[in-house]
Amino acid sequence: MSKKIFSFFDSQFWAFVKKEFYHVFRDKKTLLLLFGMPVAQILIFGFALTNEIKNSKIVVCDYANDISSHEIINKIEASKYFEVEKSLLSHSEIESAFKTGKVKLAIVFPANFNDDLAHLNKAQIQIIADASDPNTANTLSTYAMGIIMDYQQQLMNGASVPMQITTDLRMIYNPELKGVYNFVPGVMALVLLLVCVLMTSVSIVREKELGTMEVLLVSPFNPVMVVIAKAVPYFILSLINLTVILLLSSFVMGMPINGSLALLYFSSSILICTALALGLLISNLTDSQETAMLLSLMGMLLPTVLFTGFMFPLENMPLPLQYISNLIPSKWYYIIVKSIMIKGLGIKAIWKELLILTGMTVFLLLVSIKKFKTRLE
Amino acid sequence: MRTLKILLKKEFRQILRNTTILRLIIAMPVIQLLILPMAADYEIKNINISVVDHDHSTYSQKLIDKIFASGYFQLNDYSNSFDESFQEFQHDNSDIIIEIPQNFEKDLLVESKSSLFLAANSINGVKASVGSAYLSSIIRNFNSEIQVDYIQTNNKPVSMQQIEVVNINWFNPYLNYTLFMVPGILVLLVTMVGAYMSALNIVKEKEIGTIEQINVTPVKKIYFLLGKLIPFWIIGILVFSLGLFGIARIVYHIVPVGSLLLLYSFLGIYLVVMLGIGLLISTYSETQQQAMSLAFFFMMIFILMGGLFTPIDSMPVWAQWIAHLNPVTYFIEVVRMVVLKGSNFMDIKFHFLIMFCMAIFFNVWSLLNYKKIS
Repeated sequence: MSKKIFSFFDSQFWAFVKKEFYHVFRDKKTLLLLFGMPVAQILIFGFALTNEIKNSKIVVCDYANDISSHEIINKIEASKYFEVEKSLLSHSEIESAFKTGKVKLAIVFPANFNDDLAHLNKAQIQIIADASDPNTANTLSTYAMGIIMDYQQQLMNGASVPMQITTDLRMIYNPELKGVYNFVPGVMALVLLLVCVLMTSVSIVREKELGTMEVLLVSPFNPVMVVIAKAVPYFILSLINLTVILLLSSFVMGMPINGSLALLYFSSSILICTALALGLLISNLTDSQETAMLLSLMGMLLPTVLFTGFMFPLENMPLPLQYISNLIPSKWYYIIVKSIMIKGLGIKAIWKELLILTGMTVFLLLVSIKKFKTRLE
Repeated sequence: MRTLKILLKKEFRQILRNTTILRLIIAMPVIQLLILPMAADYEIKNINISVVDHDHSTYSQKLIDKIFASGYFQLNDYSNSFDESFQEFQHDNSDIIIEIPQNFEKDLLVESKSSLFLAANSINGVKASVGSAYLSSIIRNFNSEIQVDYIQTNNKPVSMQQIEVVNINWFNPYLNYTLFMVPGILVLLVTMVGAYMSALNIVKEKEIGTIEQINVTPVKKIYFLLGKLIPFWIIGILVFSLGLFGIARIVYHIVPVGSLLLLYSFLGIYLVVMLGIGLLISTYSETQQQAMSLAFFFMMIFILMGGLFTPIDSMPVWAQWIAHLNPVTYFIEVVRMVVLKGSNFMDIKFHFLIMFCMAIFFNVWSLLNYKKIS
């Protein structure tokens, strides 16, 4: 065994790996970026990104100015969703406030709100939303409506209304509804995948462009070995990156790692391999660094962000797009990371996703080796 | 001026000759603009529900029917124990569990109150909170229906005060999501074309060594850089127009409400900012790999912190600062304001001012940093 290991470190393959390491380490700027990027991004995005809508600026137009309207406005002000500005705006003034983008929602109490409620048992409130952003409009309206309905329930409690249903709501897995639970696994998937693809895709095509590839190809080494040796340093660097990301997310951002760390590393290695294989394929298909980069940057950034599933729920998408999302490796990795880190599940729950990632890797490698050979002839 | 003309001719020829890249920078934005807006849909629908009904009464059945009649929810499974449904939670098959207790109906009739248990899978906090808010409002409606029924059948004079809420949606009454997303995604695509192309192109000449040849000629560096940047400025405007008049209008039927002149003036300044950033990146890098890593780093921050996908108001204050230093934030706001709401110059004059300052800042910085070694 020890002899085998010794002969490995003596082999041509190892010599190539060493050469590639030198290449990577010599370029200090790229190296700095390679490590700095994931750290900065996990920190920024982990803390800053949230799908939750809060602190939205709204305007309350209280033409009634009576007890009931004041009580409702107090309740609205107390909610973390809204930042309330009180003023009396006409409808056209509301429109121009929307146009400057200063407020997102207007709640209008008509005059005689309390009188109507007390004497007619019925009063009206208008909620006007800037629906150019449908999501915010919808969510804010729902929240505002919920507050008003709560108030109404309060009124009814006094009147001893029969048959009251109360609901007891519990949030499972993420009781405080922290954004990090959703975004850290997502950004992990995004960063690991994109950084690996980017780096490998450039590294081979660069040799092609500079002409040094020809030198390697006429040498007696197996070309497949040459290519794999290129991927090894990036594989190791990515594992180090993963470690840094995990340390940050658990010590700085309070993400739990409820499942097995070994399983997490194992799954991450598979994702990294998928990314490296994809990078190899891109660099085999292109002739210049510029093309390779445009392909991997322009072509992959947005689709990966959208189809990983941490931004927009995949099950909402039209069916053809759901099929497309199946082709995005980070989608499967995102499911795996959530299952291991948050839910604490074992391999039984994620073997399918792991198998899919492995299948993708093998497929991409086979295609790129095939493409690589045809270039040789 | 003549030098600039000749340089421009050279650059255009170079760009037009490389058909692979030309096709990439035209086709990729178009394809992505066709596909991605349909994927970027936050609207919470298809919420999967597990029902655990311990009561099996008329009321519990009525409530369940009402929930699924609403159109927001899909039945995932119907089980007899909470634990069984929790398995569905673990596999992400189900988003909310509603547990109806034994004696739900009896408690309502006899003790006049009863309680329901809801559990939401909150790894995705929004889906959990919006989904359970929908569900709660359906339960509330159900509650007032049976109350009214009860009061009417029993002839009890109870006064019920009702607040009627009228919901009005302006600018986008049908809450059409693509209307909101298409302009934003178009901005991102134009941004990437501008920043990547300019960052890569100049550093490429550095890496290959051809920049030395230009440096030994008497061409002034300002002409050289203008010659590099103007073609990409034009390409950026072309890509934007293709997206706006081609895809957005024909496929998504989005017709800008506001002034096109206003939109294009802003685009013009914005592209100068982006090209300036690209240029700055290339002055700080020696190889295309470095330039690309830097460009990628900033682009990811620009894109994710631009307010397109997640709201800026909800970010912590320090992150809002980053968002306000991000040119993409302003252009996304402006495009949405002008295209959807018809905002005029006065509404966006601060955006113009900021963009103008950024244009000067980045371009002066990169000019100072660009070394023409002679």
